[in-house]
Amino acid sequence: MTKFLQTLMDGVAVGSLYALIALGYTMVYGTLQFINFAHSDVFVLGAWVSYTLAVVLGYAASGSHPPLWAGLLILVAAMATCGAVGFTIERLAYRPLRQAPRLNVLITAIGVSLLLQNVGQLKWFFGTQPQRMPSLIEDRVLGTVAGVSMHAVDVIGAGTAIALMLVLEWLIFRTRLGRAMRAVSHDTAVASLMGINVDAVISFTFVLGSSLAAAAGFLYAMKYPGLNQPAHATWVLLGLKAFVAAVIGGIGNVRGAMLGGFLIALIELFGAAYLSPHLRDIYVFSILIIVLLVRPAGILGTSVAEKV
Amino acid sequence: MMARSFLGAVAPLAVGFALAVALHLAAGSLIAPFYVKLLMDIGINVILAVSLNLVNGFTGQFSIGHAGFMAVGGYAAGVITYYGSFLLFGNTHVAEGWLTGGDLLFVGGCLFGAVLAALAGFVVGLPSLRLRGDYLAIVTLGFGEILRVLLQRTGDVLQTAEQVEKAGVGTLATSLGGSLGFSGLPYYTDLFWVYVFVTITLVVALRLKFSSLGRAFLSIRENEIAAEAVGVNTTRLKVRAFVLAAGFAGIAGGLFAHEIGTSLNPRELGFQKSFDVVIMVVLGGMGSVSGAVLAAIVLTLLPEALRGFSEFRMPIYALALILMMILRPQGLLGLREIWEMKWLKR
Repeated sequence: MTKFLQTLMDGVAVGSLYALIALGYTMVYGTLQFINFAHSDVFVLGAWVSYTLAVVLGYAASGSHPPLWAGLLILVAAMATCGAVGFTIERLAYRPLRQAPRLNVLITAIGVSLLLQNVGQLKWFFGTQPQRMPSLIEDRVLGTVAGVSMHAVDVIGAGTAIALMLVLEWLIFRTRLGRAMRAVSHDTAVASLMGINVDAVISFTFVLGSSLAAAAGFLYAMKYPGLNQPAHATWVLLGLKAFVAAVIGGIGNVRGAMLGGFLIALIELFGAAYLSPHLRDIYVFSILIIVLLVRPAGILGTSVAEKV
Repeated sequence: MMARSFLGAVAPLAVGFALAVALHLAAGSLIAPFYVKLLMDIGINVILAVSLNLVNGFTGQFSIGHAGFMAVGGYAAGVITYYGSFLLFGNTHVAEGWLTGGDLLFVGGCLFGAVLAALAGFVVGLPSLRLRGDYLAIVTLGFGEILRVLLQRTGDVLQTAEQVEKAGVGTLATSLGGSLGFSGLPYYTDLFWVYVFVTITLVVALRLKFSSLGRAFLSIRENEIAAEAVGVNTTRLKVRAFVLAAGFAGIAGGLFAHEIGTSLNPRELGFQKSFDVVIMVVLGGMGSVSGAVLAAIVLTLLPEALRGFSEFRMPIYALALILMMILRPQGLLGLREIWEMKWLKR
């Protein structure tokens, strides 16, 4: 029972991160219909920017206990940086290809992804050495429920992620801007006829998605302080799993991405805990293939007939 | 008429094989080992780029798991030659001479690897090619990752003839060296075999392009709905292109596995390798066979030229890819072959 609850707890903590990343994938897919391969690299950038800021602000020394607002400051700064990067990527790389075939955009996205990875590895940026994220949240056990210890890192991490998702939910479904985003995603041409500034909405979508990815990067670095070099395969795999989460939930569907994120994490961690810990990647991708076969549009997605 | 079309079919093969023999004879005496290795690398990359072009260029689908099929072929061929050598000859030394029994075993292994890779292509392609194009990208990436995890979980390579004789087929097929890689494979790959397979790949790709089947592939790329409307069975053809490409990737994997100075391990054949091949196809021109060849040659030689600044290699590639897509989206040659370019005809 303890093992079950512990796995559940971990699943929610990791799932909230997958969900944050998946949101960026799904929002871009919803508006522009392409897989933004560079999104996972924005997430990595978020983790590394947080690390750099923490070091610059002098929290790298062991034993130093930065105040809670320092963590918040770094989180916001990382989100702002990655939001700016996301804006720039869209403006310079994707916007010129708005009318191009989807394949070209997909390849450009891979190009941007490779660029972010490899520029990040240059010695003027983050280098090729793995680093250790200084702990900004004191690691203590908040309480014990049925033998499962609740770590402060997990509770604050999942709490922040869920709070961000609630903000996003409000933004998309309760504000004018959100309505414009949904309109662009539904039909770009008609939305622009209705007086919506499509370019601005798409830019905003990228900024939003990238800053959520940066938040996920920050929270991931808090939970797993060992940071791999920017082009390391584990990062790519993480981003890929988040993308799988978006597809499973129904690509283009914001609530689907959240659902998919938690689902993927739970399947992965329960599989690792009860079946075999070595095959965790296999569970995720097998679920993807099963979902694609049974319900190609995802759990919450609706399949749209193609008009000729 | 009959004679001419027969000649037209055989002549390119004959020329290619003659070139392969000439390269074989020149290797060792006229060509230094370093350049032999470089020429073999070029040949293997040409096979990879031209075959991926069938999917990404001709048919307009997007596969980023080519290295996965290469791994299937490489490991399958490795099992055949390595364990086969133990069973047939008692050791894994490369026999002296040309076209020995070992060579035949090696070619048989490569062909077996090709069949297995094609089969894997069918299994992966059939479900995803029914869906929208970009799902193929994710599924192929996922396939590569699953394959990598499975290969890393395999057992150690058996080292002696006694062990191999005692082991069953199941044990042999799962003793692939795990994450350390399949080491000890005999170096059967030489210029002759590489360029024989390069010739076959090129002839198949070119004849395909100018056949009705190739036109049907291109119609899917240009407009899938329109192709369907004029009676092209798009799903069947997409799967066919995908299986064919996977088969050739399997051969390239077999050649790669038995090449001197390479290491057949799960990390080596990850998505980084797949991306390398995608870059070759895109830079050369989507749907241009000669473009893919050109890009494969240039991108194999470029790292050697950029040796001093190797850290800039990937950023430069990435930037080139983005700029190419924005400024010249069809790639260097586009759909055309190099002998169809306007500036050559004048």
